Amino acid sequence: MQTAIMIVANYPLYIRSVPTQGELKFHYTVHTSLDVVEEKISGVGKALADQRELYLGLLYPTEDYKVYGYVTNSKVKFVIVVDSSNTSLRDNEIRSMFRKLHNSFTDVMCNPFYNPGDPIQSKAFDSIVSTMMVQAF
Amino acid sequence: MESLTLSDVEQKYYSELFLFCDVDNTKKVASNGKVLDLFRAAQLSNEVVHQITELCGATRLGHFGRSQFYIALKLIALAQSGLPLRVESLNSVRDLPLPRFVMGKNEQEMRHVVMFADTENQGPYLPRPPGRVQAKKVSAHEMIQPCVPTVDPQPDTTSPVVSPNQSPPTSPHAWRKHKRQASGGNVDRQPSVPGVVWPPFREAQPGPVTGDGMWSAHSPPPVQESWVSFTDTPPSCTLPMHPPSAQPESTTVRTVPSAMTTNEIQRQTSGYDDPWKITDEQRQYYINQFKTIQADLTGLIPGSAAKEFFTKSKLPILELSHIWELSDFDKDGALTLDEFCAAFHLVVARKNGYDLPEKLPESLMPKLIDLDDSAGVPEPDPEVGFSASPVEVTPNKSPSMPSLNQNWPELNQSNEQWETFSERSSSSQTLTQFDSNIAPADPDTAIVHPVPIRMTPSKIHMQEMELKRTGSDHTHPTSPLMAKPPELSEETKLAAAIKFPGTTVGDGYSSSDSFTSDQEPISSAVNRQRSHSGTSPEGLKVVAPPPPPPRPNASHSRSSSLDMNRNFAAVPAGPQQPGVVAFPPAVPPRPLPTQTSVPHGHRSVEGDGLPAITSTSPQQMPEQPNFADFSQFQVFAVDQPADDGEKPSDSGQVERCAETTGTMRTAKNDVQAEERNATTVNSAKVSTPLAPPPKPVRRRLKSEDELRPDVEDLPQKSTVIATVLATQPSIPRSIGKDKKAIQASIRRNKETNTVLARLNSELQQQLKDLLEERISLEVQLEQLRPFSHL
Repeated sequence: MQTAIMIVANYPLYIRSVPTQGELKFHYTVHTSLDVVEEKISGVGKALADQRELYLGLLYPTEDYKVYGYVTNSKVKFVIVVDSSNTSLRDNEIRSMFRKLHNSFTDVMCNPFYNPGDPIQSKAFDSIVSTMMVQAF
Repeated sequence: MESLTLSDVEQKYYSELFLFCDVDNTKKVASNGKVLDLFRAAQLSNEVVHQITELCGATRLGHFGRSQFYIALKLIALAQSGLPLRVESLNSVRDLPLPRFVMGKNEQEMRHVVMFADTENQGPYLPRPPGRVQAKKVSAHEMIQPCVPTVDPQPDTTSPVVSPNQSPPTSPHAWRKHKRQASGGNVDRQPSVPGVVWPPFREAQPGPVTGDGMWSAHSPPPVQESWVSFTDTPPSCTLPMHPPSAQPESTTVRTVPSAMTTNEIQRQTSGYDDPWKITDEQRQYYINQFKTIQADLTGLIPGSAAKEFFTKSKLPILELSHIWELSDFDKDGALTLDEFCAAFHLVVARKNGYDLPEKLPESLMPKLIDLDDSAGVPEPDPEVGFSASPVEVTPNKSPSMPSLNQNWPELNQSNEQWETFSERSSSSQTLTQFDSNIAPADPDTAIVHPVPIRMTPSKIHMQEMELKRTGSDHTHPTSPLMAKPPELSEETKLAAAIKFPGTTVGDGYSSSDSFTSDQEPISSAVNRQRSHSGTSPEGLKVVAPPPPPPRPNASHSRSSSLDMNRNFAAVPAGPQQPGVVAFPPAVPPRPLPTQTSVPHGHRSVEGDGLPAITSTSPQQMPEQPNFADFSQFQVFAVDQPADDGEKPSDSGQVERCAETTGTMRTAKNDVQAEERNATTVNSAKVSTPLAPPPKPVRRRLKSEDELRPDVEDLPQKSTVIATVLATQPSIPRSIGKDKKAIQASIRRNKETNTVLARLNSELQQQLKDLLEERISLEVQLEQLRPFSHL
């Protein structure tokens, strides 16, 4: 099944999908979903860092996949796209995935050698993401 | 030149060295520069080197061909061993130790050595390295001091990862070999550098020394410790760093401008595992560097400062980033002394050509300093913990656990992982699931299984019957009997017969204490059983002769069964209509009627019984006849009890009949039981042990058997119930078993019936609800209609 995780902060920072092809589709999906994310962010005055679930249940007639979103305090958006065929994923699982992503992302940010804005090339981060994706999907 | 014969070891070693020097990858010619470096590393005087060069013919050729190179190497070995350099001696000298080269770069060589050591015992030349190497992966590098046994001892020596840089193409293998454990990649170094000794490359050999990284085994002889020279490592094939400029970590850069200086940084590779171990010298060096940044050794180096520092090492940012990730154990964006040492060490290693590990090697984990201890300690703990948890978990729920276990190994490193771990385990739903699964079934079920009843003579049997009947016969026609055989048996002991009547009466007829006193116990038992009926009818039944199962055989039309009906009415515990009346021994198509020798005074009863019996169930029909017979008795008995029951003999008989009928009603088994009981009673009275025995024969129908015996008994009922009970035991077990079987089936049917009845009622209810909804909707529609018209 196809899943993808993308991290965007006004420009894509990281994308990983399984299987690795068809990324363009995910790109497209994520971009369209960003609008919705913006919508939610702008409207909400309260804790923006709340884990947000976005597009839960979004199903396109043609493509069935769900898009989940998450935003950090610094407006970095995480997006997870999963196949709808994978119905075993629950909300809590998605939340935990986002939490893990956020933690890993924070670690990457803490690295003094990392320049914010650079694509994330950390191997550790990659491995964590891969592990997570494999486990979840 | 003279032909050269090399031993295998030598061959390998030399070839590796050749490759090492073959920077141009020509496979044919070793670059002069490298060769010269190598020779110099052999720590021979220049004169000797020249001499060797001449001897091998390179001078003539102007370059080092393979053969020249080999010859040269051999000569070097000769020279090092103190033998005169003679061409002739090339082949004549046996057991010539392999040439030793002291070069940092020779990590590969070292590897070779090690390798060789492993393979062949190069004796002194390959000091343990091989062993070490095997032991520790990378440490081999260090070990490459073949002739330094001391080196061996340090398996982990640490020679700081010998600068893998130098890596001639071959070196990678060596490294790899050693690197087994090393997470890192340096694997390229060839461990098999034969006999390459890397005396501590202390000093930065000014030159191109291949090694900047001499990682000598930092073992004992400090001398040997060669520190990886940051600076020089000749560009190992794997390393992107370039020794010349690179200086060992930025510190070196700062301190030692030249590349060579880095040599001093030959810390032994405190390698990641063994190769990653930090030698004392290295550590001291690191600490010194730390002080330059942060005077307080217990303090932290902020990320920016560290970045600046390490950037001087000229490693690519990506690698530095990776190193940072590895070394910043607590992920706080700052480096403690231990973390700093680890980072520094990694940089050094990297500069020497070691690949960076994916995970922080254990030896680099911050644990030396208090601050780090916490960090370091957890490391092993989590693993331990993880392992522990799987263990504990597994026992609980093996299925779920395995998955967790698998996950655990992956999580060794970060606290985060710990968390995940715990999350994972805690979130495991399987555990809970298991629990629920494990939840034992209701006790009733346990009881349900039919247990061979050891019935005391007829009494027990009768009791069973009663139980079955009285118990939730409806639902578990047979089970009670089955389940409770033991009980029954015990009960029967008392006076199965007594009980029986009691039960039969008791349950339903609890009031009908008309039964003889004997029966009281039975009745009580029955009553008890009755209570169980909800739970385990069987039990009840078994306990006491199940009172004639309140057969909902309303059809029981026997006049005589009226009493019985009453009785049964009381008896029927389950859905069966209380008015068991019908129950009365539904007279199954009793083929027996005739058979029964029943004094057929009871026949009339039987008649009633029969119909009643028949009503119980088709199965019972066959029995019915028997039951019928019985019923006759029972009716009789019932009547009597009903009336009064107590008449010992008559009542007994009647009861028995009733009982029998009852059983027939509820379940064949029951009936049987009753019959049995009746028979027992009867038998007791009438010494009708015969009855039972014959019954078993026909047990299948049970009813038949019972009936028959009953019938037979009936006539014999004259005997006192007690006696009958006494005789009950005589009832053949087989009968009991048959009865049980039949009763079981009866019970099952009853259960099914009840279930279906319930379902039906539920559906009815739903239907009603829906109808109501419909009505309400229609009303609404009407209300709205006028509006719509508007």
